[in-house]
Amino acid sequence: MFSMKNMRSIWRTADARLWRDVLAVAATASLVGASFGAIAVAAGMPVWLCCVTSLVVFAGGSQFMMVGILAAGGGPVAAVLAALVLNARHLPFGLAIGHLISDNRLGRLLGSHVLIDENTAFVLAERDPERARALYWVAGGCFFVLWNLGTLVGAYGGDQLGDPAAFGLDAAFPAAMFALLLPALRDRNTVRAVLLGGAIALAVTPLVPAGVPVLLALVGLLVVRRTPATKETVPA
Amino acid sequence: MSIWPVLALAGGTFAIRAVGPQIRDRVRLSERATVLMAIAATTLLFALTITATVYKGVGDFAGWSRIIAVVFAGFLAWRKVPFALVVIAAAATAALLRLLGLS
Repeated sequence: MFSMKNMRSIWRTADARLWRDVLAVAATASLVGASFGAIAVAAGMPVWLCCVTSLVVFAGGSQFMMVGILAAGGGPVAAVLAALVLNARHLPFGLAIGHLISDNRLGRLLGSHVLIDENTAFVLAERDPERARALYWVAGGCFFVLWNLGTLVGAYGGDQLGDPAAFGLDAAFPAAMFALLLPALRDRNTVRAVLLGGAIALAVTPLVPAGVPVLLALVGLLVVRRTPATKETVPA
Repeated sequence: MSIWPVLALAGGTFAIRAVGPQIRDRVRLSERATVLMAIAATTLLFALTITATVYKGVGDFAGWSRIIAVVFAGFLAWRKVPFALVVIAAAATAALLRLLGLS
């Protein structure tokens, strides 16, 4: 079973700093969720279906994309496939951090639902496995709750707060991700892969469908050398 | 709008998310494979970050406010400013620049 021992250890490990770090980013999820609710209702989705979407899909970008394509008169199959391409990056995320989610199979299966960009970045930035697990669940849980509350409020017309861009919230996501990725960039192999991958993604974004640029960034792995990573971290 | 596309997207997304952790459960990866997985995830997240900094929507320029805010946040993170402050500073910078009329 999804054990009490795991839950207690996560609770114990989650100190004030951990909560503060997670909530600083998760707060934006409620406002973006509200804009999803508002846009989906405006596109003709009933309120209950907006809420179900955020609960069962729980992947912001793909939700916007599916609703956008359907609202523009696109077919449901095309809408779902385009949204799934956008979510394909979660597969390598799971391969990279999946072992840290839980000690048992059921915990890993349930925990998969809250695998998102943000908790993947939090976990990759953390060296201590116990703390990484706490970050995974606390960040995943906070984003899940706030994203869904935001959707509910936005769907009921609570989107009168204004444009998220006016508050600079669109800068919060890349800023948080960049801060979390920074420690990993001390490794030279990682820097090589990241720079080539990032350049490819930037160059092809105007040319290919959404989601594909990020996947093409994996070409950057071709420049990873065969030397053990531990030796590469030694400063030159 | 029907529920079927929503359920299809939910099922597909959950499958994509569950595959990784289930494989890590059953297969013992070599040291090198583990390192490569971490580099792959970092590369994907970095590509996501940089495209989310420069573009909005499908390939439209996001404007200078966001880019300057993210670069400033990167500088603060490099100077070891606490994470929560970095995030707040980024949002405040972008908001302020827009208030001043920058795109």
